[in-house]
Amino acid sequence: MAGLSYEEGKKQAYRGFVLLGIITIVEVIVALIGNGHVIEGFSLPKYVMYPIMIAMSLYKAYFIVNEFMHMKYEVKGLAMSVLLPTLLLVWAIIAFLQEGNSWGQRRELIKDKNAIDVKEGQQTSDILKFEELESGFRLS
Amino acid sequence: MATDTVVQQDVQKDESAWSGGKQPFKASYGKLMMWYFLLSDAFTFAAFLIAYGALRFSMPTWPVPDFVFAKIPFYSGEAPLIFVTFMTFVLIVSSVTMVRAVQEGHQGNQKGVVKWMVWTIIGGSIFLGSQAWEWNTLISGEGVTVTKNPFSNHEESGTYLSANDLKKEGYNEVTKDGATYYLATDAADIPENRFFVKYDHNGESYAGKSFEADDPYLITYSHGTELYEAGAYKTAGGEVKKEGYGPKAFGALFFFITGFHGFHVLSGVVFLIIITMNVASGLYHNRGNNYEMVEKMGLYWHFVDLVWVFVFLVFYLL
Repeated sequence: MAGLSYEEGKKQAYRGFVLLGIITIVEVIVALIGNGHVIEGFSLPKYVMYPIMIAMSLYKAYFIVNEFMHMKYEVKGLAMSVLLPTLLLVWAIIAFLQEGNSWGQRRELIKDKNAIDVKEGQQTSDILKFEELESGFRLS
Repeated sequence: MATDTVVQQDVQKDESAWSGGKQPFKASYGKLMMWYFLLSDAFTFAAFLIAYGALRFSMPTWPVPDFVFAKIPFYSGEAPLIFVTFMTFVLIVSSVTMVRAVQEGHQGNQKGVVKWMVWTIIGGSIFLGSQAWEWNTLISGEGVTVTKNPFSNHEESGTYLSANDLKKEGYNEVTKDGATYYLATDAADIPENRFFVKYDHNGESYAGKSFEADDPYLITYSHGTELYEAGAYKTAGGEVKKEGYGPKAFGALFFFITGFHGFHVLSGVVFLIIITMNVASGLYHNRGNNYEMVEKMGLYWHFVDLVWVFVFLVFYLL
């Protein structure tokens, strides 16, 4: 709250509290409604709930960093030197979610192979393995 | 020579920068370094949360947050997500009181700074107490540990069995050390062979209750006998099975990440106490730098709040 008078600064702080409080409550309400706790039998799909909650949390983060931590009023160079490296996390999130997905698919494959092993015996699963190697582990 | 003069000129121009007293980015050393420390800490927390994301994404099922985190003090029913919302509010309020403390510092108002910092300390302590209550509920009340996770989701539909149902299916009742469970004929009395009639923590029986695939459940943990009473049920296909544990990683990730964050809150409270005492002694008034130490402490405290925003999102909302 640099450049503001003392009285204005105080008001900004309390407005910040109300803003963050309201956003938090809305986030929780979206989570509860979406999971069916508020209206009987009604639930929201994940692809509706998740973007709303993630966007609200990102906005809270933006507000806390810029206003409470004063970043908006700092020299641009300082702000960039702190905030630009966090863009690396965008790659990290995409890469590791993809990784987790791949682990999940391999677990499914192992489960399927074990089921076949139990049902038909060793021979079939060996053939399956050979065909996978042929197709380069393409999992659809 | 021409190059000598050029070099000399450069040295002369740089002298003002080399002579010291200039702040890069117009920020003091302490403030700048606090920002860079917070950046590094942000990466540490991001790494933990991304690991959580990767592991959770790789699992076919995962405990449903509003089912797991549904307890509040002094109430034995279900209040999904209410307690963690309260904890979020406590941290938001403590962040606002910290902002007020920094503002009073800029006014040179020593008493005001102490007052608002004390409120921040109280807020941080309430958060720590709440987190301790949450951990206690999960560990002693529900039996979640770093290696065991009794929260899971059903993979198929079925109906819970009563004692008589189990006896009709040919299971023998065994009562030992205060617990009653059922073993199939010729089955050894080891934990994996024990079938229980499911009771919830209030003592109500689940016998006869049916469920669908993806319904969340909690293996009832009996504090007295320290047994995980995996409820016996019959699937739609007629097989008798018992509840299995959920993904092990859940407990480890939850305690480690919230513990790491709680550790930051604890160290924050300790530092707040130290700096409040310094403010009260007049140390920062004498330094004449607008109570910059309070500002730096404020940065750390807001960072703790910021991390909680994302821990709250990832663990409890998503």
